[in-house]
Amino acid sequence: MTSLFKVENLSLRFGGLKAVDDVSFEVQKGEVFTIIGPNGAGKTSIFNLISRLYEPTSGKLFYEGNDITHVPAHKIAKLGIARTFQNIELFENASLLSNLLVGRHCFSKTQLWQELLFLPNVKYAERAHRHKVEEVIEFLDLQAYRDKLIAGLPYGVRKVTEVARALCSEPKLILLDEPSSGLNVEETDDMSFWIRDIKNDLGITVLMVEHDMSLVRRVSDRVLALNYGKVLALGTHEEVQRHPDVVAAYLGA
Amino acid sequence: MRFLFKTTYDQDIRLFQHPGQVWSYLALLAVMIVAPMVLSSYVMSQFTFVLIYALVGVSLMILVGYTGQASLGHAAFLAIGAYTAGYLQSKGVPFSIYFPLAGLLTGLVGVLVGFPALRLHGIYLLIATISFSFIVEEILARWEHVTNGNEGMRVKSLELFGHEINRGSDYFYYLCLAVLVAAIVLTLNLMRSPTGRAFIAVRDSETAARSMGVDIAATKVRAFGLSAALTGFAGVLYAHKLSFISPEMFTLALSIEFIMVIIIGGALGLHGAILGAMFIVMVDPFLTWLKDDVPGFVSSIASLLGAGAARVKSIEDTTAGLASTAGLKGLIYGIIIMLFILFEPYGLYGRWLKIKLFFQMFPLYKKATFKRQKVYVKTERNR
Repeated sequence: MTSLFKVENLSLRFGGLKAVDDVSFEVQKGEVFTIIGPNGAGKTSIFNLISRLYEPTSGKLFYEGNDITHVPAHKIAKLGIARTFQNIELFENASLLSNLLVGRHCFSKTQLWQELLFLPNVKYAERAHRHKVEEVIEFLDLQAYRDKLIAGLPYGVRKVTEVARALCSEPKLILLDEPSSGLNVEETDDMSFWIRDIKNDLGITVLMVEHDMSLVRRVSDRVLALNYGKVLALGTHEEVQRHPDVVAAYLGA
Repeated sequence: MRFLFKTTYDQDIRLFQHPGQVWSYLALLAVMIVAPMVLSSYVMSQFTFVLIYALVGVSLMILVGYTGQASLGHAAFLAIGAYTAGYLQSKGVPFSIYFPLAGLLTGLVGVLVGFPALRLHGIYLLIATISFSFIVEEILARWEHVTNGNEGMRVKSLELFGHEINRGSDYFYYLCLAVLVAAIVLTLNLMRSPTGRAFIAVRDSETAARSMGVDIAATKVRAFGLSAALTGFAGVLYAHKLSFISPEMFTLALSIEFIMVIIIGGALGLHGAILGAMFIVMVDPFLTWLKDDVPGFVSSIASLLGAGAARVKSIEDTTAGLASTAGLKGLIYGIIIMLFILFEPYGLYGRWLKIKLFFQMFPLYKKATFKRQKVYVKTERNR
């Protein structure tokens, strides 16, 4: 196993509040790495730092050995890091298909003037994008909703659509921010199968934030527990769940 | 009801989804081409205004409707196009050169205005574009050796390929029609390409768009540039149509009229821009009708109901007074905007879609189909 992604002494301060405090971890290629922790532990902040929406106060991010601490946010997708959002951030007033096609945006090479005239190269590129999108639709069983507006879709489908949109950018590392929040038991089951398929069939490394411990147990190879921005424990889910600091953080000492 | 069975990806990529659409748009185009041979020159003149307003409507659709960036500065873009045309024409530059040049110049100005838009949202952006339009108005009034200041500028009728095209002639109407159709086709092409989808992505969620690899800055600047360029083209046609331009024609009121085009038409698609343009252009004839015919009509009803001659006269005077009150246009605009936002948020085009769906689904149409969903969770803090 080789390291795909590395976080080194990452810190993020909002004024006096240390949202992320000197966090270091390494994600191996091909594993499912889960970050758990109580509310406000800094899990989503770490995600926002990785996808470069936040500027870290200190620390470094390495991806495939390259320093990506100062890469602008819109270039992250092209590198092969895709993400989903905790509070669904889909393009509400567009069809599911165009949402997924936006996921292919990092591959578009056509110029504005070519697009205005819709030259053959734009058309060929569109067909190729569409073909890739269809593969993802097939993978996640979204065929029935292709032409539907997102605004009219049920919550569970939207959650899957977020994953689909992330997969459309053919990532090597996918960041899933609470993939099961708001889903019922059955939908959570489906999600756990898909996460395993993403790892095993597509060979994509998964970094996820999750509260549902049963889902964490089923899919994760390693778990990192955070509280108040600090690392409490790192290891397999049994190790982490039994760790006295983790128990204290969740149940109170 | 029509069921579309999709067998190739191209069915989603094509401009027309099914043969019915091709035929109906061809029929519409045929009607537009035959119109000058049937209708009076007054009506055709109004039609030409509709085409010019629709062109601005399409440009606003790109910026406001698709990219979600507010603008009350489009009168200024129109002015830049119009004055570029007027100035270059007076220097002897032919139409085939100054027409694209005016669009290009306005587009560049649009790009410059787009840069502050990178940091501003909603109401603040609106204020920035209003100030931009005041600046342009002021420059037009002061830069006298180019713009002729407040005296205004005469614009001669345009010459294309050695033929003079009078502003009232059928050819001028055809020219406007051709420009509008071209603008619509280009916009539709853009909206089925990555850049068009990026516009929509920026409108609906900047955070997600960034994470998907959309360069927000480049996208917004492109939207501003394209929208301004189209308005610049409209400005050239506007200048030729009016044959006289002066700074006080390009005020905030005109920008508001333009925004009304898409509020009334509905920001769902380009159809809205055209329907809205028709509506707005009809407001002026409606006001004239209100002034000229309504007082006489009201008084004749009064005399029919048995009022005395003196009473009838006073009723006629009162209605005439009311109908020609200063600011009546503003009042009517205000009422129209309020009514549309309250009762028809998707505008005229939305109403058309509802009527169409009613017949397609008959008798199973549900009102709730078009109900707007409330969205509570949105990550605003990542902006």
